Parts: sequence; structure tokens; C-alpha cells
Amino acid sequence: MSDRIFGGLGVLLAAFYIWQATLIKESFIQDPIGPKTFPIIIGLVLGAASLVMIFQPDDEPFWPSAGRLVEVLMAAVVMLAYSALVSSVGFIVTTTVVAAYLAWRLGAHPLKAVMAGLLIAVGIYIIFHLVLGLSIARGPFGF
Amino acid sequence: MDSLAGLAHGFAVALSFENLLLAFLGCFLGTIIGALPGLGPSNGVAILIPLAFTLGLPATPALILLTSVYYGAMYGGRISSILLNIPGDEPAVMTTLDGYPMAQQGRAGEALALSGYASFVGSFFATWGLVFLAPLLVKLALLFGPAEYFALYALAFATLGGIASRNQAKAALAAALGLGIAMIGVDGQTGVPRFSFGQVHLYDGINFLVAIVGLFALSEVFVFLENRGTSEEEEAGERPPLGRLTPPWSMLKRTSGAVGRGTIIGFISGVLPGAGASLGSFLSYSIEKRVSDGKKTFGTGDPRGVAAPEAGNNAAAGGALVPMLALGVPGSGTTAVLLAMLLALNITPGPLLFQSNPDVVWGLVAALFIANFMLLALNIPLVGMFVRVLLVPTKYLMPAVAMISFVGIYGISGSTFDMVVMVLFGLLGWLLRKLDVPLVPVIMGVLLGNQMEANLRRAMTISNGDWTTLVSSPLSIALWTLAIVGFIAPIFVGRFFRRPAANTPEAEGADPD
Repeated sequence: MSDRIFGGLGVLLAAFYIWQATLIKESFIQDPIGPKTFPIIIGLVLGAASLVMIFQPDDEPFWPSAGRLVEVLMAAVVMLAYSALVSSVGFIVTTTVVAAYLAWRLGAHPLKAVMAGLLIAVGIYIIFHLVLGLSIARGPFGF
Repeated sequence: MDSLAGLAHGFAVALSFENLLLAFLGCFLGTIIGALPGLGPSNGVAILIPLAFTLGLPATPALILLTSVYYGAMYGGRISSILLNIPGDEPAVMTTLDGYPMAQQGRAGEALALSGYASFVGSFFATWGLVFLAPLLVKLALLFGPAEYFALYALAFATLGGIASRNQAKAALAAALGLGIAMIGVDGQTGVPRFSFGQVHLYDGINFLVAIVGLFALSEVFVFLENRGTSEEEEAGERPPLGRLTPPWSMLKRTSGAVGRGTIIGFISGVLPGAGASLGSFLSYSIEKRVSDGKKTFGTGDPRGVAAPEAGNNAAAGGALVPMLALGVPGSGTTAVLLAMLLALNITPGPLLFQSNPDVVWGLVAALFIANFMLLALNIPLVGMFVRVLLVPTKYLMPAVAMISFVGIYGISGSTFDMVVMVLFGLLGWLLRKLDVPLVPVIMGVLLGNQMEANLRRAMTISNGDWTTLVSSPLSIALWTLAIVGFIAPIFVGRFFRRPAANTPEAEGADPD
């Protein structure tokens, strides 16, 4: 069933993709097949593969319980928040928080998770920024 | 003879202090990366690329560093296979079958030493294979026009799933997804934006490094979050003693046949597009089992069952570099990642690379020889050091992997948008892995999409829009035939070559080599 749903989404995506490809504006520079043809071919392959998935689905994959799905999504949300905040709040603070969160959710004791988060953040800061000279997001405190 | 002259020049390049240091560092990191469950060659190299890139390393040193990591990871994968029965990466899955029983019998040290030696032989001869085969392939590739290149790309995509592919529709879907993503951004030939929905961020297209790190490294973090506390940590506590760290001569003699066959089979499956090291070790093990398992000792700690797959996967790692360097078409996941780095450094692999940047090619090959000896030294006498690394629990390792990924991507562009895209790719990678859709074709599509299209359009421009030009030369007809056969054959043959699926997070369509 999962394969069928995914295949269905694939067909919709393929249709959307081909429709978008037909909307590409032609430029005054021309070549025989133009900028639309190859994307349309890709869309057709995508659609065909998705159709096969609908009609010949594999065995059902192992889906985790709803709780675990929330776990994965929450981690993604935390990472997105990190992406948004790291350059305004600063590298060490945000990295500590996110690394601690991930360690905690992966089963570390909360206190140990915070320690690990701090170690990871400071460790990365020292190795990649101070030693290797990589540019790193600076917050209001400069680190 | 050109090859040997080139190689001599390569040693002159590789023997500089900086390059030796980088090779050593790469070997060391690679062995650790390979040994750690959850980090394998492709995601290990993926998180290091942005670093090599932002450190401003020139092409040769950067490539030396990362291919040393690649070779090292192939060595390291066996350590946790043998000691913990958890493959450090996918190519090492077969090593668990006889390696872990050996460890349980108190012969862990022998198994580690034997597999280190088998790994060395495999990659040593595969590197020689690279020296002689790559220039031959280059001569062939110089005959290629745009139509042939287009057919070659089609061949690469058609055979990516490999002979053991379970579902060709999913491989095709993955390739189409990757190619579709590559189309985003301003069209290189006419300058019109495509699929960018008016977003300025998308005009440059999706940075393939962002896609790679997201798909390979972050998706791994999500897989571990989903499977938390299922297998890893309970088992990591008890470890059998190492025992002696030198294999007896009689064992080396008895396994020499297995090592030799593993090397040859591994190298061939590495050179073939889309097969890679996992298939190399899988085929080596199954063929060895058929050839020499007279007394049914395979699976109970037979040294030959350790030697064959280890020689196989290391030989395949060398073999996979042949099409990547000579044609610009990678044969496996990690070589796709290495290709990404070369493209990021504005170097296009392929036949011209051998003429325009011989330093890069031969410096790399020489560095691989040197790295191989370093790895032998690191992996037999010093293996105890790496064994300790296995004590790092994944609950601390995975957050570090995630944060290093972010640092690397931020270092390239300093862009919030890229980090967001990387997280989305992480989720996409996790979903695709759940559904058993292979990730390597996605990466290949993102990497090669624009070149594939450029070759198609160039061919059409030359022929003035006549599509028959794609099949007008014997070479392109041969390539198309291979592509079609390669795509259809697994549907019939696949069931005979099915790999055993272990029930670990790593096995979940995991870390392609």
C-alpha cells in the first residue's frame, strides 16, 4: 500500500513537473530541442516508474509507530529552527542545544546529553574554526 | 608505457610532505569512519567534502585526502563486522558471516589481521588495474561524441540498480527524481530559469553538495532516531578478546586462493557501472562459497569466508575509480560523491582529465599506493586502537555527525537556505530508504543531469533536430543495447542474486558504498 501511495504521489509530481516544463519561457537563443524537451522526458520516466509502483507494489516496509514518526519530524523541525537561528544567535549556543536534543532523543540521559552537546559544539568550534579556519556563524557574542 | 611514466610522475607529486600527511590523515579518519556503525564510505566522504572544499585545498590534495578516506573506510568496515557482528558499512555485511563466528571462537585478532591482509591485496592489485585499465578506457572515450556520451549516461543510469536490484521501477524513479532536481535553475544554454518559481535562491540550482550531505548523512541520523534503542547498544557491551594479531602462515596459504578470486571478482564488479563494493564483496563471498566450501564450514568461522569478501570489497573500491576518472561516470555511491567534489573544484573528470590535469590523476594513483601501505600498517599492528573507537555510542556519534554536516554546508555558502534544503533532503532520503528506493541514482541524477542534457542538446544541434543521430554510430548502438539489457536483465536474474537483508538500521537500503 505504501508503494501505491508513493507511486500515486509520483504520478502527480510527474504531471506537475511536465506542466511546469511546458511553461518554461523560450529565450531568443534557440537550439533545436530547447530547454523544455529534456525535462519533459524526465517527467515521462518519473510518471512511468510511478505507474509501475502503483501496479506492482513491493512488500509493505516496516513503518515505525506514530510516536517514532513524530520523533523524526520533531528532529527535522529542530534542525530547521537551527538553520534559521544559527546566524543570529551564534554557533556555540545553538549547536549545543541541537546536539543535546539529538543525543537526548537518541537515548542519552538528559544531563549527559547536555554535556555531550556542549562538548560537540566546543569541539567543532575548536577543530573546525580555530584550527582549520572554517568560517562559522557568529552570533551577538562573536561565537 | 605511458602509464608507468605517468605513475612515476605521480609519485613525485604524492611524495610531498603535505600530500603524505593528508594521505595519512585520510587513512586514519577513513578507518574510523568505516569502523563506526552508521558511518560508511559514502556518508563519511560526503560530510568531509564541504570541509575539504572550504579549507581551500587544491584539487590534488583534496582528492588524495578523500580517496584515502574512501580506501580507509573499506578497511575499517570489517572491524565492527568481526567484533560486534554489526557491519560498519554495507560492503562489510558479508564479513560478518564468518568474521563474527571467528571472533566468538577467540580468534578475533586472527580474523582482523587476515582481513587486513586480504584488504591490502585486494586494493593493491585493484590500484594496478586502475593504472592500466583507465588509460585504455580513455582511448576509447576519445572516440565519443555528444550522442555517445548521452548513451553512456543512459547506460550508467540503467545499470545503477545493479544485477541484484530488487525493483527496477524504483531505480528508474530515483534517477528521474535526481535528474529532475538537476534541471532546477537557469538553463545553461539559453539562460531561461527553469522550475525556480520566481525564487532567486533557486536560480543557481540546488547545490549538489547540499543534496549529497542531506541524503547520505542527515538521513542516517533520522534512521537512527527512528530505530533508537533497538539493537546497537545492548550488544556493544560484551566484546570477545582479540587473541593473537598475526595470522599463521598456514592460514595465509590456505586463503590465498580466496583472496585471489575475491580480488578479481571485486575489481570487475567495481569497474562495471552501478555495482560497487557491496556487490563485489557479495559476489566474492558467494562464489568462494561455491568453489571451496566442500566441508560446509562457511558461516561457522572459516577464514576463507573472511578473506574473500574483504579482498572483494577493497578491489571493487579501486575498480570503481576507473570509470569515474576515465569517463566521468561514477560506478558507485562513494565515487559519485568524489565526482561531486571534483565538479565543485571545477575539474571535469573524463578523458580530457588525463591530458589536461595529469598531476591530479597520477598524483592520486600514487597516493593510493602509498595510502594502501599506510593502511596495512594502521590496520594490522595498530588495530587495537581502532577497536576502542567502537566504544563511542551512536547516541553521541549521530549528533556530532549532524552538526558537522551543518558546519560543512554553512562553511560553503553561509546560507540559511542551503541548510534548510539539506534538512529537506535528509527527510527525503529517510523516506526513500523506508520505501527501499535507492539513493545513489538520485545523487547521480543531481550530479550528471546537466551534462546529460547538454550532450543531448549538442547532439541534436549537430544533427539539426534529427533524433536518429542518437543511434547512428555503432558505438552508440552498442551502448544503448547494453543499457537496455542492463536494465531488463535484473528483472529476470535479480531473484538469483538477492542479498541477505540483515535486520539493522544499516541494512535498510543503507549507506551505499
